[in-house]
Amino acid sequence: MAISLAARLEQIWEEKPGLGSWLDTVDHKRIGKRYCYTAFVFFLVAGIEAMLMRAQLARPDETLIGPKAFNELFSMHGITMIFFFVTPMLFGFGNYFVPLMIGARDMAFPRLNAFGYWVFLFAGLFMYSSFLIGEAPNNGWFNYVPFSDKHFTPSLSPDFYTLGLLFLALSTTVGSINFIVTIFKLRAPGMSISRMPLFVWAILATSFAVIFALPSLTAANVMLELDRRFGFHFFDPSRGGDVVLWQHLFWIFGHPDVYIIFLPAVGIVSAIIPVFARRSIIGYVFLALATMATAIVGFGVWVHHMFAVGLPNLAMTFFSAASLLITIPSAVQIFAWLATLIAGKPVLRTPLLFILGFLFIFVMGGVTGVMFAAVPFDQQITDSYFVVAHFHYVLFGGAVFPIFAAIHYWVPKMYGRMMDEGLGKLAFWLMFIGFNLTFFPMHIAGLLGMPRRIYTYHAGLGWDLWNLLSTIGGFVLGLGILVVIVNFMKSVRTGAVAGPDPWGGETLEWATTSPPPPYNFLEIPTVRSAEPVWDQPELRDTGHAVHGRQPVLVGHETLGTSVMDADAESVIPMPHGSYVPVATACGLAGIFAGLLTGIVAVTAIAVGIAVTATLFWFRVREEEEPGPSVVVGVAP
Amino acid sequence: MVILIFTEATLFAILLTSYFFIRFQSGPVWPPDGIKKPELTVVAIMTPILLLSSGPMHWADVSIRKGRVRWLKLGLLLTFLMGATFLTLQGFEYHKTLEEFTPRTNVYGSLFFTITGFHGAHVGVGLLMNLWLQFNAWRGRFSAADHLPVEVVSLYWHFVDAVWVFILVVLYLSPHVWP
Repeated sequence: MAISLAARLEQIWEEKPGLGSWLDTVDHKRIGKRYCYTAFVFFLVAGIEAMLMRAQLARPDETLIGPKAFNELFSMHGITMIFFFVTPMLFGFGNYFVPLMIGARDMAFPRLNAFGYWVFLFAGLFMYSSFLIGEAPNNGWFNYVPFSDKHFTPSLSPDFYTLGLLFLALSTTVGSINFIVTIFKLRAPGMSISRMPLFVWAILATSFAVIFALPSLTAANVMLELDRRFGFHFFDPSRGGDVVLWQHLFWIFGHPDVYIIFLPAVGIVSAIIPVFARRSIIGYVFLALATMATAIVGFGVWVHHMFAVGLPNLAMTFFSAASLLITIPSAVQIFAWLATLIAGKPVLRTPLLFILGFLFIFVMGGVTGVMFAAVPFDQQITDSYFVVAHFHYVLFGGAVFPIFAAIHYWVPKMYGRMMDEGLGKLAFWLMFIGFNLTFFPMHIAGLLGMPRRIYTYHAGLGWDLWNLLSTIGGFVLGLGILVVIVNFMKSVRTGAVAGPDPWGGETLEWATTSPPPPYNFLEIPTVRSAEPVWDQPELRDTGHAVHGRQPVLVGHETLGTSVMDADAESVIPMPHGSYVPVATACGLAGIFAGLLTGIVAVTAIAVGIAVTATLFWFRVREEEEPGPSVVVGVAP
Repeated sequence: MVILIFTEATLFAILLTSYFFIRFQSGPVWPPDGIKKPELTVVAIMTPILLLSSGPMHWADVSIRKGRVRWLKLGLLLTFLMGATFLTLQGFEYHKTLEEFTPRTNVYGSLFFTITGFHGAHVGVGLLMNLWLQFNAWRGRFSAADHLPVEVVSLYWHFVDAVWVFILVVLYLSPHVWP
C-alpha cells in the first residue's frame, strides 16, 4: 500500500524534464531555486559594480572610471542589491521552505507564484537593458527629484528606474499575497499560530510590510512618470508641486523596506541558532512579537532619512523617538539569540559561524544606527561615508551574512549533498575580515568629511589610506564569495550525501527526503509541538509507511486548515503546470517596453497578449478529474 | 483578494495624503491659480448611482448562495448598467472640467485628474470583471456550491464604491469646507 501511494503521488505530481516543463512549472521548490539563482546572479553583477567603484576610489585622482559611469555604477549597485538581490533571494528561500516548514504540498497560488518569478526576471532584464543604450539610472537608488525630472535628466534613465520598479512591484506584491494566504490557510493540522516556525513568522511580517509599504513607492513612481512623460506637475514647484513630496513617499516605502530586507534574515537566524545550539530557542513568544513589532514601528521612522531636509522640529522629535524605539525589539531578539547560544551547547559549523558574524556586524551597525536617531549628530554626518559604512553594516551584516548562513544550512536539503566544511570556514573568514576591512575604514573617512557618491578625490585630504584599505578589503570580500561559489559547484556534485536530516533540525523541512519529492510529504504531518521533528519521533521516518494517524491526500491536492488553530477544514485542489503565467508576464514586459519607448503599436500588441493570457488564466474549466480525494484520520 | 484590496486601499490613501500634503504646502487659496471650486451638480447624480450599485451586486451575491441563477444575472446586469452610467457621467464631467484646466495646468490639475482617473480605472476594471461574471453566469457556471468568483468581485466592487466616498469628500467637498 505504502509503495503504491508514493508511486501514485509521484505520478500525479511529477513534472517531466524538458523545455516545456521549464516554462510551465508551478512547483514551489523549482520556483524557489530559480529565485535564488537569478537573485544570486544579480548579486554578482552588483558586486562587480562595487568592485569597479572600489578600484576607482583606491587612489586619489584615479581616472579608471569617469563621473557619468560612476553615477550609473553606484545607482545600479544600490538598485540591484536592494530590489533585485536581497528581497528576491529571501523570497526564494521563503518559496522553497515555507510550504515545507508548514507541511503543505505547495504554495496557495502556484501559478501566481510562477508569474511572480517571471515578472521579477523580466523586470531585472528590463532594468539592465538600460546599459545597452547607455542610459542606465544614475540618480542614486532613491532617484530624488529634481535630479530625476525631465529638466535635469532628459535621457531615458529615470524612466528605466520608474517603469522597472513599477514592474517589479507587481512581482513583490503577488509574492507577498501568496505568502500570507499560504501561511494562514495551508499549515499542517495542529500547527496553531503559536507553533509556527519563527522563519514563517518572519516571512509573514515581511509580507504584511510589503503590502502596506510598496504602494507608496508605486504612487511616487507613477507621479514621477506622469511628470516626465505627460507634463504633470506633482514635483514641479513652479506650478505648485513639491520636491519634498518625493522624499516622503520614497522613504515611507524605503524605511519599511529596510525591515522587509532584514526580517526574513532574522527568521533565518532564528531557524539556525536552536539547531546548532542544540536546544529550543529561548523566548519564542518574544521573538515572534518582536518580529511583528519591528514590522509595525518600521512605518513610523521614515523621516530619519530626511533630518537634514529642513522639516519642523516637532516632526523630527517624533521620528527621532520612534527611531530610538525600534531598537528595542531588535535588542530583544539579540538577547534571545545570545541566551539560546549561552544556554545550549553550540556546535561551531559553517552556518553558525556566519550567524555569529551576523551578530557581531549587526550590533556594530545598530550602534551607529542609534547615533543617527539623534538629530544633531545625523545632521553633521549625513551624506558622508559614515552613512555608507552604517548601512552596509546593517544590510550586509543584517541580511547578507544570514543569507550565506542559509546557503550553507539549506543547500543539503535542496540538493541532497553537504557543503564542504573546510571551504565554508575559509569563505567565512575571508568574508568576515574582508567585510570589516572594507567598511570599518569608511566610518573614519566619513568622520574626516568624505562625502558619499564622489567619483574621485584629491590627495592630501587624509582620506587616501582609508580608501586604499577599503579597496583591499573589498577584494578580499569578493574572494570569499568566490570560494562559496566554488564550494557550491563542487559540493552539489561530489559532496557527502546529506540524508533527510543532516543537522538534526526541529522544523518540518527535515521530516522529508533531501531533496524533497515533488509532493513534499507522503502524508501531511500532524503537528503537536513547536519543534515537531524533535518531539514527534514518528515524523523522522521520512514517510515510507502510512501511520494511520496522519491525513493522507492521494490527489493533486493540499489540505486547507483554519487560520489560528490549524484545524483541518477542506481539501484544496492544486493547479497543474501552465504556460499562462509566463505568457502574462511576457505581455506585461511588452507593455512596459512600449511605455518606455513610447511606441504605441508595441504597447497595443502587448496589451493584447496580456489580456488574452489573463482570460486563459481565468478560463473556467469543466470539472477537473474528480480524483478520489481520501482524507484518512484527520486529527480532531 | 482581501489582501489585494488592502494594498490598493493603501495606494489610494497615499494619493489622498499627497493631495493634502500639497494642499497645505500651497498658499492660502485653494484651488490655486484662479481655478473655480469643484462643481457639485454632476457629482451629486454620479455618487448615489455608484453607491446604490452596491445593492444589486450584494443581491446577486446573496442570490447565488441560495442557487438563484436568474437573480444573479439580473443583479449583475443592473450593477453593470449603474457602473457604466457612472463612468459616462464622469466622462461628461471631465469634458467640462478640461475646458477650465488640465493635468498640465498646475499641480492641482495633476492631482485632480490622477486621483479621479485612477478611481475611474478601478470602476472600469470592476465592469470588465462584471462582464466576465455575466458571461459565465449565462453559461451556467455558478451554483449555490460554487460561486467564489461572485463573492470576490462583489468584494472588489464594494471597495471601489467605498473609495469613492473618500475621493468625494477630499477632492470635491473639502475645498468648499476649507477655504
